[in-house]
Amino acid sequence: MELPVLNNIAPDTSKDGCSAGSCGSTSDQMNHLPEHIREKVFNHPCYSEEAHHYFARMHVAVAPACNIQCNYCNRKYDCANESRPGVVSELHHPVQAVKKVLAVAATIPQMTVLGVAGPGDPLANPQRTFETFRMLSEQAPDIKLCVSTNGLTLPEHIDELTKYNIDHVTITINCVDPDVGAKIYPWIFWKNKRIKGREAAAILIEQQQKGLEMLVARGILVKVNSVMIPGVNDKHLEEVSKIVKAKGAFLHNVMPLISEAEHGTYYGLTGQRGPTHDELQALQDSCAGDMNMMRHCRQCRADAVGLLGEDRGSEFTMDKIEQMDINYPEAMKMRAEVHAAINEELESKRLARESKVQLVNIQGVQNKEVTRPVLMAVATKGSGVINEHFGHAGEFLIYEASPEGVRFIGHRKTTPYCEGGDTCGDGESVLDKTLKVLAGCEVVLCSKVGIEPWGPLEAAGIQPNGEHAMEPIEDAILAMYEEMRTAGKLVQKSAEQQMAA
Amino acid sequence: MAFEIIESCVNCWACEPLCPNQAIYEARPHFLINPDKCNECAGDFEESQCVSICPIEGAILNDLGLALNPPGSLTGIPPKKFAELQAAQRAA
Repeated sequence: MELPVLNNIAPDTSKDGCSAGSCGSTSDQMNHLPEHIREKVFNHPCYSEEAHHYFARMHVAVAPACNIQCNYCNRKYDCANESRPGVVSELHHPVQAVKKVLAVAATIPQMTVLGVAGPGDPLANPQRTFETFRMLSEQAPDIKLCVSTNGLTLPEHIDELTKYNIDHVTITINCVDPDVGAKIYPWIFWKNKRIKGREAAAILIEQQQKGLEMLVARGILVKVNSVMIPGVNDKHLEEVSKIVKAKGAFLHNVMPLISEAEHGTYYGLTGQRGPTHDELQALQDSCAGDMNMMRHCRQCRADAVGLLGEDRGSEFTMDKIEQMDINYPEAMKMRAEVHAAINEELESKRLARESKVQLVNIQGVQNKEVTRPVLMAVATKGSGVINEHFGHAGEFLIYEASPEGVRFIGHRKTTPYCEGGDTCGDGESVLDKTLKVLAGCEVVLCSKVGIEPWGPLEAAGIQPNGEHAMEPIEDAILAMYEEMRTAGKLVQKSAEQQMAA
Repeated sequence: MAFEIIESCVNCWACEPLCPNQAIYEARPHFLINPDKCNECAGDFEESQCVSICPIEGAILNDLGLALNPPGSLTGIPPKKFAELQAAQRAA
């Protein structure tokens, strides 16, 4: 049985008259995007799930000031060991930032995107942010520029933004209702005054929506980020998703609230919890009917460097960069070659997928049996293949296989089981943590799994598998699903469920 | 009549461009206010600009040494909660 590969990009074409998965229209929805949009997202790791396996991004921390307060943010915090938005270890002036970008781009040719995302709000620091963009658009024309903002001053900066070839903007929109907003934002700074409460939220929402409309009118691709805060805006985000989609946002990224007490945020210190994996997925799924959903976000730092799952920031501290001798025009040639090779690989994968879809159209539907969906975890270092050892994985990608096909669900972070040396004594408790992180998954696909974790994984109902090393992720998942189907593992449970029902 | 920035300042730059008298300047370990230039925005703005954008409670004092954004006034975090966290982190 051949199954199509699904992703989270809603099709451009209407689905009328055919159910998803049976007519092939959802099989590779990237293919159904208008060409001018595909052109903009195919190598942007934050806008394309596929791209994030191959292409890297970086943020430069040139924007320390902020013009609002969010209840999930503590402005006092910076720490090299934390990986989450708003956190940086070194602040840069624009000239330093440009130097850093050139150094990273020359060292990591897969780096295609430079974003300014904080640690405050980029548009509350317009001079530094735009100075950085201006220099980069001149010195590194092969790097895509993007910016992430709370949207408060977006309308007033829109013309400046369009000057520098910025074709991606992310707005964080947590609500469209000021009563909800009043529970998320204690104050904003607006027209030379600090404004609090509902009034503050109403102004912020108005500016965000206006900014969104203006960006769309100028043909700039907009991603909307929303933080899911259980009991505050979780139900409300479905409405947010509908509205931003109607206004022309391209992608919606619903992220879980991070609220550890030790981070010192309002939510952390008042016991506001974040969502569970299941709650997050359920909300993403309910929004997905209307909107392209991003599920591969790693909620990265405002100075992150590398592929989305990794952070190579420590290789590029200012003192190290000063030692590097960068010839960017030369580097650009090498970068172009690397990009061409990746593009060729992506193109051949796309063709392979298309031919698979045709196969499904011919024979897929007729022998479709009712098999239940299965969650599988994958350990990967990138390039879209299974190439990470179980014990070295700092995160697992979660996929769902079903008769509809394979779809990406999200990622789950863990501590690598065998970090070696000092931490090996903790091996057992780290494994326990990983087992918890993998809850709900029935298979974990890795390049290799050691003998030690094998038993506990099986005991937890998770089948370890190292037989698909270096294979494309989707192919391996389909093979596993087929193996489970032929072994009768998929029907049996569904029959039991039917009996129970 | 002048304000003062103290050590809890996180050097976020938010206040510096807003000052109508260019009284605020970058310094280590934290930003400072030139008391000869600061007039607390009298005549320029209804609200003192640095005080209105500063995200850190207690970082700016008036000439009596009182916090212009007292603990809890900006984040809504009960000061007791925050003190507990700090004590726990010191103990760790």
